[in-house]
Amino acid sequence: MGLEQKPLSTLHDKASYEVADFDVPTGREEEWRFTPLRRLRGLHNGTAEEGGKVLVEAEAAPEVTVETVGRDDARLGKAYVPVDRVSAQAWNSFTEAVVVTVPKETVASAPTVLRLHGEDASAAAYRHTTVIVEPFAEATVVLAHRGVATYADNVEFVVGDGARLSVISLQDWADGSVHVSHQHARLGRDARFVSHNVSLGGDVVRISPSVSYDGPGGDAELYGVYFVDGGQHLEHRLLVDHAVPNCRSRVDYRGALQDQDAHAVWIGDVIIRAEAEGTDTYELNRNLVLTDGTRVDSVPNLEILTGEVAGAGHASASGRLDDEHLFYLQARGITFDDARRMVVRGFLGQLVERIEVPDVREKVREAIEAELDQGASR
Amino acid sequence: MATLEIRDLHVSVGDGSDGSKEILRGVDLTVQAGETHAIMGPNGSGKSTLAYAVAGHPKYEVTSGTVTLDGEDVLAMSVDERARAGLFLAMQYPVEVPGVSVSNFLRSAVTAVRGEAPKLREFSKEMKQAMDDLSIDPAFAQRSLNEGFSGGEKKRHEILQLEMLKPKVAVLDETDSGLDVDALKVVSEGVNRFASGDTGVLLITHYTRILRYVKPDFVHVFAGGRVVAEGGPELADELEEEGYEKYLKAGASL
Repeated sequence: MGLEQKPLSTLHDKASYEVADFDVPTGREEEWRFTPLRRLRGLHNGTAEEGGKVLVEAEAAPEVTVETVGRDDARLGKAYVPVDRVSAQAWNSFTEAVVVTVPKETVASAPTVLRLHGEDASAAAYRHTTVIVEPFAEATVVLAHRGVATYADNVEFVVGDGARLSVISLQDWADGSVHVSHQHARLGRDARFVSHNVSLGGDVVRISPSVSYDGPGGDAELYGVYFVDGGQHLEHRLLVDHAVPNCRSRVDYRGALQDQDAHAVWIGDVIIRAEAEGTDTYELNRNLVLTDGTRVDSVPNLEILTGEVAGAGHASASGRLDDEHLFYLQARGITFDDARRMVVRGFLGQLVERIEVPDVREKVREAIEAELDQGASR
Repeated sequence: MATLEIRDLHVSVGDGSDGSKEILRGVDLTVQAGETHAIMGPNGSGKSTLAYAVAGHPKYEVTSGTVTLDGEDVLAMSVDERARAGLFLAMQYPVEVPGVSVSNFLRSAVTAVRGEAPKLREFSKEMKQAMDDLSIDPAFAQRSLNEGFSGGEKKRHEILQLEMLKPKVAVLDETDSGLDVDALKVVSEGVNRFASGDTGVLLITHYTRILRYVKPDFVHVFAGGRVVAEGGPELADELEEEGYEKYLKAGASL
């Protein structure tokens, strides 16, 4: 089959650096239909006033370089072209960017942490971050989002041939924050990428992690944990685009929801293009609904354009705490509240324990306990 | 001296739509410390319902009758209160709880039942010994509760919990079903270790096989939601020979 006849995917077919190339979303579009546009404070339609601040503080591993650069830096925007209007707005509006570089064949001896602190939500802030892991290098990068902000950004992960990158992005915003983000990973031949998104705080958080492969042997594991409280909208939209042969992807996102108008959205798109023979992919989303009044939208989409796949599957399940689990634990003397905590902790903990940085793992555990305390205090 | 007393117990199961169905139709049973009782009966006779109703499963509704443990009203207690009061149910189909490790679960349960957290070192030693007694691989301590366990492994873990929680009265719901002979012996030894204490055992079974290893003091035959015959161990031998046929008719005629 020649390139000309290549069947085109119906998913995510448009990319541009220009804001004007994207219509202002109305909420009827497939990619926007779950997002409360009115709560985006104009990030999506050009009415957001600029001047907000998200400050970055870096703690780099000794082998890793962290630079603050201007818009004209040639390394920016090479791996990712914006795919929606907010992303294009962020690309055109940021004034400074952070470039993290892990030199060729270097194994970073410690995690590199970027602390992104929102100072003010009354005006919009935009940023761009590019992480470059050169061939055969290995590193762990933590993006810790805190404070209060109205924030749109793009993050690029360029993982070179044979390189390995592990990323933990923590969305621990204070109440009243809005964060719309694209995180794109572009993997070289035999590159390995592991991503954890942990979304806990903020009024509206919409994170779109995506992966593309430049060569065979790429391996991406995308994990996510979220805990949605009353009134919060936490949305994760994943896209894995298999366009070369013999790559692997795994997606596992799990969330818990409690209280009135807690809204979780999970979209899991996987494309296996005609050329991507030998692809091995599986994506999973599970939601645990702890109280009445919550809402979950979970939509897995798998588009397969070749018959030669090694494995392709998806699953999505949302439900209440299992009465039989609670009965079993209670029948051993454990109180209802403790049993409930154990089940939720176990459900999310299976992903939390995969987080490789002990400090971060512990912080996430504590944050989940705090959420459970909040649920128990009523 | 612990005493579990069940008096004229009637239990229904709601089917969610048009009313409920009565499963237990007046059960009387007394289990005292130091006694092992076997409850035998055909499928559908209500044996498991008795076990779950005593443990307090929300699916089963007690419509009349009483259950007391040392005079305390068991039916007024929540599920966890019953366990802390000294009742234990070894389940026929233990559920898998993902992400909750066996050791974490056991420590939480032991803490709840004993009323204080055991010292970590002592607890680890105790757990290791108890696992060893039941030929359970120590690696299971770190696995998710019952997840991926074989039928035999699940049953052994039920007995592990029994031995660690040391209840006053244990109800064992078809703990023998689905076990091969080796596993049956290991499980029976665990039950006998427990039963040798000042404790009561209510052993629910469909088959007489386990009674070769666990000797009951009393045998009760269950049919149609009530006890239709009672006797000593010889009654089990009779059932081995003749089956449940004549009791099925008796149950139906009630």
